[in-house]
Amino acid sequence: MTAELIHRLHFAFTITFHYLFPQLTMGLGLLIVVLKSVALRTGNEQWDRAARFWGRIFGINFVFGVVTGIPMEFEFGTNWARFSQVSGGVIGQPLAMEGVFSFFLESAFLGLFLYGEKRLSRLMHWFSAVMVFVGSWISGFFIIVTDAWMQHPVAYDRLPNGQFEVLSFWQLLLNPWGLLQYAHNMTGAVVTGAFVMSAVGAFYLLEGRLKDYGRIFLNVGVTAGVISSILIIFPTGDLHGKYVARYQPAAIAGMEGLFKTEEGAGMVLIGQPNEETGLIDNPIVVNDALSFLIYGTTRAEVKGLDQIPRDQWPTALPLLYYAYHIMAGLGTWFALLMIASAFLLWRKQLYTARWALWALLLSFPLPYIANTAGWMTAELGRQPWLIYGLMRTSEGYSNTVSASNGLFTLLGFMGLYALLGILFTVLIYREISSGPEPVAAETQVVHAD
Amino acid sequence: MGFIWFWLVAVMIVGYVVLDGFDLGVGVLHLLLPRSEQERRSILASIGPVWDGNEVWLLAGGGTLYFAFPLLYASAFSGFYLPLMIVLWLLVLRGVCLELRNHIELGMWKGLLDSLFGLSSALLTIFFGAALANVLRGVPLQADGYFFLPLWTNWKPGIHPGILDWYTVIGGLVALVALTLHGALWLTIKASGALAERARRLVSPLWAALVALTLASLAATIVVRPASLGNYFQYPLTFIVPVGVVASLAAIWLLNRGAQPLKAFLCSCLYLFFMLAGACWGLYPTLLPATTGADRDITLLRAISGPHTLAVGLVWWAFGMALAVAYVVFVYSKFRGKVDLPGSAH
Repeated sequence: MTAELIHRLHFAFTITFHYLFPQLTMGLGLLIVVLKSVALRTGNEQWDRAARFWGRIFGINFVFGVVTGIPMEFEFGTNWARFSQVSGGVIGQPLAMEGVFSFFLESAFLGLFLYGEKRLSRLMHWFSAVMVFVGSWISGFFIIVTDAWMQHPVAYDRLPNGQFEVLSFWQLLLNPWGLLQYAHNMTGAVVTGAFVMSAVGAFYLLEGRLKDYGRIFLNVGVTAGVISSILIIFPTGDLHGKYVARYQPAAIAGMEGLFKTEEGAGMVLIGQPNEETGLIDNPIVVNDALSFLIYGTTRAEVKGLDQIPRDQWPTALPLLYYAYHIMAGLGTWFALLMIASAFLLWRKQLYTARWALWALLLSFPLPYIANTAGWMTAELGRQPWLIYGLMRTSEGYSNTVSASNGLFTLLGFMGLYALLGILFTVLIYREISSGPEPVAAETQVVHAD
Repeated sequence: MGFIWFWLVAVMIVGYVVLDGFDLGVGVLHLLLPRSEQERRSILASIGPVWDGNEVWLLAGGGTLYFAFPLLYASAFSGFYLPLMIVLWLLVLRGVCLELRNHIELGMWKGLLDSLFGLSSALLTIFFGAALANVLRGVPLQADGYFFLPLWTNWKPGIHPGILDWYTVIGGLVALVALTLHGALWLTIKASGALAERARRLVSPLWAALVALTLASLAATIVVRPASLGNYFQYPLTFIVPVGVVASLAAIWLLNRGAQPLKAFLCSCLYLFFMLAGACWGLYPTLLPATTGADRDITLLRAISGPHTLAVGLVWWAFGMALAVAYVVFVYSKFRGKVDLPGSAH
């Protein structure tokens, strides 16, 4: 195993595990604001309790996000030193801004939100929830700005010592690539939040306890779910895809498994790309669909991998292709399920439609998979570049850190995170099974463990 | 510009040490002080609302270092690879122990988690102290500005030292004792009754140990890196820093005896500030000295980012940190006073 591969796996593993937590906190942050706003407007204590319950889930996720997030910032220096040395002046900026503008805000108000309800007025407590939400979304923004510059470098100059320097601060922050990616990514986080809330609601109704809360969670979760799972496809996914096609033709060709340049390119629904033969095995293809999706006309020419020099092909082509297809396939399922659930909710049939409740319950892991696959699509599509068109991945890792030392700490992280995963599952399971504080009117017994 | 950013990064480090320092110290004391479950919970509740905010200083400081001095960030982080990864694991472990402790009734696991929490806190203080000592001592920089240090070699500071040698171990012990003392003073403010009294009585032996270790570390630094006195002799007025170290130590003793816990705690903050500022001033304008020859030192000029980056950075940094300080003040004022436990009599 080469040092380059170890360092890539190191970052990929730790970031993938890390992003399981923020995607929920960012989505849930918004939904908690909804719960608190209803509570504030109606004065209904039940919505406050619902918010408190999700606040506890948020808090656990936040802590796991923080402890797995600290390694991410460090790894730029530890595992990607040569990259950090030349790019620090540019992407060190949004990374530092994340700390300064978001983490202080988020942690301060989360402390108030979770521990300070008795010490704050109702309005101030609502405001804390809003600030936690704002903080988590600012945090996401700066991370996307960082990634967007690596995907689509803008507003930079190169100093004589090889370092990149920012030419325009605002162009860096408002990189069009970043704005599209941000819209798509944050919608993805809301999809996760909405599915998790819906699944817990469905769980309570299927179990036949805490039904009042189950209904609240379904109302909020399915409403947010139907909006976000449509927005994730159109316009955010659509626009982002078109932008990728324009600036990273190699990535689009790899994602779609398009080996040959075609007019009227088809879209492969299922099939396995074969790098040896340059064909898709066992293909199921929708004719002309790819040309239409990218250019709005069925006859447009889409650049295939044959027009791209072999040394600029995405390095993990099949994985890129599968990641993209998993994301897109699951995205379709989200929209279908949420539209059906929203329809049932509107017809007041959702609470008793057991098949829909089961589908919602069982679907909760899928947005995590889709968000992960989406990020893999973005980052594998960028390969073999670390900074697109400017610096190759092979030029960026720390060459003072040997493959053996890298493997040592990668294995360490794997062990530690396996333990973390188990602990997290236990904690969340206990929170969900004990549920929000029962409403006085409801004469149900909460399971005593 | 380089001068400004050097001290801004130093401010972030001081902010981290002063704030997360008492969390870590409280973690160490969690092993020693409490006699009942109620007291354990009081100790944890005293840092519950603030510890992750305090840890943010580490992230924000790291980010600031990253964009202001990319070469230093790249070189030091990859060179100190192994100890940094261990620090990360300890931070993860500590955060998770704390979180588990807050959320569920643990039964037989409680004792284990308490030990892990205390142990990881103690090891973190030692690693942070040793890290600072490593920077003061210097590392075997290659001509390209990079290096890689093993955890230990022959335990002597020389041209090819390890992370741990007799000098950096002293640094680690200073940090362990200083932050434990810092945590004890925090508890004298936040805890009540017998617990606060026990914390107050623990201050004296910790203080005595800290005085001895502080003097030992100052002497050892002069032996290991005589050049660190250069700035002081060039600008004799700056000897006020070591004087400040001694004065704040004396004040901690007096104020703790005079039962003025808040003031004693603030003097402990001052002590940490003077120790760190003194170390930074001993280095300036070197950021990371080389044991392999002064011409290989990573200096401020060599590591600094481009001028435009830094100018823009100054604007948002000042704005953002003003906001951050406002949040910190707001949160601490909301949680001021003794800890109140849910379910405890009030």
